[in-house]
Amino acid sequence: MPNSESATNHIVSVKNLSFSRGSRKIFDDISLDIQRGKVTAIMGPSGTGKTTLLKLIGGQLYPDAGEIWVDDQNVHRLKTRDLYSLRKRMGMLFQSGALLTDMNVYDNVAFPLREHTHLPESMIRTLVLMKLHAVGLRGARHLMPNELSGGMARRVALARAIALDPMMIMYDEPFTGQDPISMGALVHLIKSLNTTLRLTSIIVSHDVQETAAIADYIYVLSDGKIVGHGTPTQLAQSDSAWVQQFMNGDADGPVHFHYPARDYLDDLLTSRHS
Amino acid sequence: MQHSKTQDTLVGLFVATGIAALFYMALQVSNLGTYSSNDSYTVTARFQNSGGLKVKSPVSVAGVRIGRVSSITLDKASHEAVVQMRIESQYDNLPEDSGASIYTAGLLGEQYISIDPGASDDYLKDKSQIDITSSAIVLEEMIGKFMMNKAEGK
Amino acid sequence: MLEFLESLGKITRHSFAKLGRATFFLLHALTGMREILPRPNLLIKQLYSIGVLSFLIITISGLFVGMVLGLQGFNILSDFGAEESLGVMVAASLVRELGPVVSALLFAGRAGSALTAEIGLMKATEQLSGMEMMAVDPINRIISPRFLAGFLSMPLLAALFSAIGVMGGHLVGVGMLGVDDGAFWAQMQANIDFREDIVNGIIKSVVFGFVVSWIALFEGYDAIPTSEGVSRATTRTVVNSAFSVLGLDFILTALMFGDI
Ligand SMILES: Nc1ncnc2c1ncn2[C@@H]1O[C@H](COP(=O)(O)OP(=O)(O)O)[C@@H](O)[C@H]1O
Ligand SMILES: [Mg+2]
Repeated sequence: MPNSESATNHIVSVKNLSFSRGSRKIFDDISLDIQRGKVTAIMGPSGTGKTTLLKLIGGQLYPDAGEIWVDDQNVHRLKTRDLYSLRKRMGMLFQSGALLTDMNVYDNVAFPLREHTHLPESMIRTLVLMKLHAVGLRGARHLMPNELSGGMARRVALARAIALDPMMIMYDEPFTGQDPISMGALVHLIKSLNTTLRLTSIIVSHDVQETAAIADYIYVLSDGKIVGHGTPTQLAQSDSAWVQQFMNGDADGPVHFHYPARDYLDDLLTSRHS
Repeated sequence: MQHSKTQDTLVGLFVATGIAALFYMALQVSNLGTYSSNDSYTVTARFQNSGGLKVKSPVSVAGVRIGRVSSITLDKASHEAVVQMRIESQYDNLPEDSGASIYTAGLLGEQYISIDPGASDDYLKDKSQIDITSSAIVLEEMIGKFMMNKAEGK
Repeated sequence: MLEFLESLGKITRHSFAKLGRATFFLLHALTGMREILPRPNLLIKQLYSIGVLSFLIITISGLFVGMVLGLQGFNILSDFGAEESLGVMVAASLVRELGPVVSALLFAGRAGSALTAEIGLMKATEQLSGMEMMAVDPINRIISPRFLAGFLSMPLLAALFSAIGVMGGHLVGVGMLGVDDGAFWAQMQANIDFREDIVNGIIKSVVFGFVVSWIALFEGYDAIPTSEGVSRATTRTVVNSAFSVLGLDFILTALMFGDI
């Protein structure tokens, strides 16, 4: 059992996690902690395994080594029943939204309530409308998922994720492919939900600006390792060239994501001189 | 989950027609509607030769089926075929001196037992035996006899 | 030669692995049925999309198959002067073979392929993963009702096929070719046995419904979650269902009617 201090402060603890897909190591002995009540971002280029990490936290994938603790429970040691009751307390927003395509918006948001509670339909209606109102889509309740824009679908998925009043929400790339207005709406929504519902939020993203604007703490992943972590200000002043380049998002910057930083710097310096 | 009334109705209709089709198959297409083993009685007949007669072959009077063959065994002592047939109990007025013959339906058809009603006032009962029988006509035998007669005659 | 053996070994290994996955999937789906009983709406919805939507193709095909049987049967039987046996011939072919087999093949094409595509796309669009994260077991919630609906629909569809087929045979034989109505039915009823023919036919269609639903749902669930993967899985459903239905039909026929 973790001591009482970590029990109150860390809602998720990843300890010495290793995970491979085939012969490829996605995570090589990483550890990180996520503070209760805060917005924590996990950043890194595409394909580093951010989605994989969320699935590991949710118990959908098994680690090769290491442990993941969520709310003082070792996720991969839980019995199916206990894992399911833990999942009821964690919402996850999939990259695609993952709305059920054969139901309209209202029924999608009502889905977890109907599956897990025996509330009367009138109560479910109230709850669903509240959640839809929170994401600004109360008027869209009769639309089918295929009639929604990408941004709307993600907001409906968000309303569904908070339907059971979870303790934390994991957002997978919430900003990718959004127009500036939906982007702004989502950034605002994530931040305000976190404070009003007293959630813990984990945002997985490679959109530096938006994420840095709302994150309390950031981990930067690359090639199966954590290459930097800290508050956005700390990271902005980081002396790691890799983190600098990632945070600033310099397209023509010296560091290339796929290789270890030093080789790349050298490479870059040579090319600049030539 | 919203569920539409039309959907419920159509599913109901589907299940109802499906079950109706099952009943149709049972009652209209198969023998279930015409024959039930409960209300029937068994009579026995002995034949020199039962030919191609099989269990379940029809038993009929004047071309109307009244029952089925239920077993065919060999009497070891007399070397006769012992044929048991179940007759529907609604046909309970077959005279005791009726005769039973094995005929073939059409040239290549199935063999069946035809009962020729006699004149007695006593009727066949359960476990009665029909004494007057004529065996199956075997085609090869008939052709053989015919050839023989031809050769002998002229 | 060595390479050939190696690839043969690989295929064997993959087949066994898949069979193992399919077996676990089946057991999981069967235990999930408990959860449907208190929620009949889930079943109704699937009976609609699996049964009701297959109704039309089954009845129309049944009618035409019966009419063709009537026509062909009449041509053959009238050569032997045995037209009265037309009813038996039509009914026996339908009840024993064509009803269960053809309706299972149509079912695989109509409902089976749709099930595979639906489940495969749900997987590809993360709907199944999403359910798992909402603490809802996707096999219990999505697969089991579809399995039960497929399993229940198949015997009903097969019975419909045969019943309509007999009517089609009657329409052609009695209505158009002048076979005697009484003889048509009397011969049929005298020779089609309830236990031997009708019940065996129903048993066949129950087995086919079970197998086709299993194949269709498993292929969807096991599909590679891309457009190409789903399209291949759909093809596999139709092909594997056809093989399984025809193969099982031979085995069942041998057990039920044959002396092998
Ligand atoms: N189901 C899978 N099977 C095999 N490899 C996978 C699977 N899902 C993801 N991967 C691989 O794992 C790596 C990490 O994927 P992912 O976690 O989706 O990255 P990210 O979300 O950071 O873009 C990628 O290289 C991807 O190719
Ligand atoms: Mg991802």
